[in-house]
Amino acid sequence: MRLISTYMIGVVFGVGISISGMANPAKVLNFFDVAGTWDPSLAFVMGGALIVTFLGYRFVLRNLAPMMSPSFQLPTRRDLDLPLIGGSAFFGIGWGISGFCPGGALPAIGTGNVDVLIFVGALIGGIFAAKAI
Amino acid sequence: METVFTPYQSLGGGVLIGLASVMLMATIGRIMGATGILAGFLQPSNSSDWAWRAAVLLGMITGPVVVMLVSGEFPAVQVPVSTAMLVVGGFIVGIGVTFGAGCTSGHGVCGMARLSPRSIVATVTFMITTGITVYLIRHVFGA
Repeated sequence: MRLISTYMIGVVFGVGISISGMANPAKVLNFFDVAGTWDPSLAFVMGGALIVTFLGYRFVLRNLAPMMSPSFQLPTRRDLDLPLIGGSAFFGIGWGISGFCPGGALPAIGTGNVDVLIFVGALIGGIFAAKAI
Repeated sequence: METVFTPYQSLGGGVLIGLASVMLMATIGRIMGATGILAGFLQPSNSSDWAWRAAVLLGMITGPVVVMLVSGEFPAVQVPVSTAMLVVGGFIVGIGVTFGAGCTSGHGVCGMARLSPRSIVATVTFMITTGITVYLIRHVFGA
């Protein structure tokens, strides 16, 4: 039941990413290209996702525990450190070069597009490299 | 490459992304962050922790297939950059999201929705550096 539920949640996320345009580097890069071929669509993705999650979390996190696990696992850190800021800055550079972010690329594997597989391979390489440092 | 402005599809997609985030929290109490889910899938702490991550990832990959079955075509994936840029960009993204502990979904949606100071700073930081990178590549170096 737990796995069927999480699978279905993955499907909802994957359909959302697919129709939103987040899996399409041309659209993602155009969102950031305000000085060129600007396409503001992705602001609507972020807005829709944020409003639903903000309201939904308020409702869900009132409970003592989730339905299928003993407890909520929420990040508790509040400090701002160099790995957070430097890592995020670095992520943005890679996103700007490639047009793919992890949440956009992972569902896009399902399209069978070879460029997606190349990006995901490099992404996984980067994750292991960072963990080895 | 010009792309068509799609406010309704993008808003609808965003709402689904939000719903998935809320449902993952409601069912198993986890943050819907692509980086965290993938990293824990690659290096699992135990088998039950691995299983839900594998299920979410498999579901994500099914998403475009569902779209194809309903609409008759896969969602567009137009890549206006070279293979070298995909490799270099992907590697940099992998390093960045590991040190930064999250990406657009984990920090940008789930963390921002919790008003986490770390996620707000992370999101503002990567939005700025992505914008600068795109500007430099397209308008300064003229790629």
